[in-house]
Amino acid sequence: MSGFDAFIRIVYLLAAAGFVIGLHLMNSPASARRGSRVSTWAMVAAVAATLAFMIHDGHTRAWGWVVLGAGTAVGGGGGLRMGRQVKLTDIPQLVSLFNAVGGGAAALVAVNDFVHLSPHGGPGLTPRILVTTVLDVVIGVVTFTGSLIAAGKLQGIVSGAPVVWPGSRQLNAVLAAGSAVMAGFIFAGTYSNALLGGLCATLAAIGVLMVLPIGGADMPVVISLLNAFTGTAVAMAGFVIGNTALIIAGALVGASGTILTKLMADAMNRPVLAIIAGGFGTADAVAPVMGAGGAAVQSVGPDDAAISLAYASKVIIVPGYGLAAAQAQHEVRALADLLEDRGVDVSYAIHPVAGRMPGHMNVLLAEADVPYPQLKSMEEINPEFALTDVALVIGANDVVNPAARRPGTAISGMPILDVDHARSVIVIKRSMGAGYSGLENELYTDPKTRMLFADAKAGLAALAAAVKELVGT
Amino acid sequence: MPASLLSDISIFVLSLLVGFEVISKVPATLHTPLMSAANSIHGIVFVGAMLAAATANDTTGYILAFVTAAFASANLVGGYAVTDRMLQMFRTRPAARRGEPGE
Repeated sequence: MSGFDAFIRIVYLLAAAGFVIGLHLMNSPASARRGSRVSTWAMVAAVAATLAFMIHDGHTRAWGWVVLGAGTAVGGGGGLRMGRQVKLTDIPQLVSLFNAVGGGAAALVAVNDFVHLSPHGGPGLTPRILVTTVLDVVIGVVTFTGSLIAAGKLQGIVSGAPVVWPGSRQLNAVLAAGSAVMAGFIFAGTYSNALLGGLCATLAAIGVLMVLPIGGADMPVVISLLNAFTGTAVAMAGFVIGNTALIIAGALVGASGTILTKLMADAMNRPVLAIIAGGFGTADAVAPVMGAGGAAVQSVGPDDAAISLAYASKVIIVPGYGLAAAQAQHEVRALADLLEDRGVDVSYAIHPVAGRMPGHMNVLLAEADVPYPQLKSMEEINPEFALTDVALVIGANDVVNPAARRPGTAISGMPILDVDHARSVIVIKRSMGAGYSGLENELYTDPKTRMLFADAKAGLAALAAAVKELVGT
Repeated sequence: MPASLLSDISIFVLSLLVGFEVISKVPATLHTPLMSAANSIHGIVFVGAMLAAATANDTTGYILAFVTAAFASANLVGGYAVTDRMLQMFRTRPAARRGEPGE
């Protein structure tokens, strides 16, 4: 190894250390930004070292520089635009899109290597390269199309409902078998670019078919899993081209995605495999419950609800996806400010799967300048409901349904927020529609629950206006 | 099994373990920025795209290098941009009072 190679490798090592330290600093909101900066500089160092290597090496052709520059301008420019302009409610689909291009790029690194070596046959394509190339292509391509479908579902371009049809499982099995055969031929020494292309096309179809049957509310799990896949694909690309920076960074992301996948699946009390199998939320998966004979629902107007809130000493706000969809985070905060000015103790109960990706609700509320110490996790807040005068539920449904505590329902065993332990409950909801699980919510018919039928944004604004009028400020 | 492969596998496994250890300490509040940060870290694949451009010597190679560079740089630049934007919103200090200037 020449001195220059050693220098490049040391920079890669420092960059890898920077990624670890950057992630480590993410363990507190106060240091998270510093962590992001450390990670950014680590990335700049890795890219600069690679650039130095290319210049020093001197084998890059003019066209190589041109395509690299053009590709970077197009991709980087697009990425910067999207990253700067995206609305915070739309972050899940953007993250999904970045998973897609990251996985796609990782697969292409291996494809490029294969196409480069295949005309010369045997010597370049060692078993190590073949195995890691196939692994990289499998994970990368499935992630690419799977993440595109996930992003489409989140954006509403693809139906958020589980898309299943008779024979789709069998089709998947056939495609999987087909790709296994193609991979087998490649291992056996058929170094054909067309074969690799065929493998990629088959895997692309598998990625699409894998995500289509998964329902929209399972997206926190899907995004986390695809994030783990992308990381692993990048690590595999690192194995293919023998680059430790890619291996380490990819493994870190793989670990992060895996942890989040597990947390999200636990928060829904459903095995990851069952979620991937999909179909949740369809009519056949949900047994009709609630034999209560259509127990009466009490509705309430904004004025009465405002009085309850204004004269409470402790209020817990429970925001759900409905709040995010209505972009009502600023209205929530305005109402909370009014209540706090009256000396009401206000906090927010955040269920792990509120929103469409892990921690999504926290970001939305942070955007509205809600101080993060007021955002309480499920474990923290559940014992407090019993001491709470009013729990204000906005656009949350399944995560507050007491039916989860009983066996035999579609959401049985899912950890929920103990909203029904509060002295009284106000639910802002557009209509009596069922939640994502298709299950009726027993909280709504609880005698201490009152329903304020309104869109989240309009309902909160009306509440704030009523509180203001009451207080006369 | 060649020694280089074995050491690469060691690096991979140890990095996974470090990742599990470091990331399991991240609080739920920061899970979205964490995922976004992880997202930008896998933008390291851009290094792979650069090396692909370095070896490209025919039309197929150039096209592949172009697409790889575009994908990887979108991932890298966009990932960091969105992470930074999100974390800016967590700048509020616990002691800071509402209604103060600088909102």
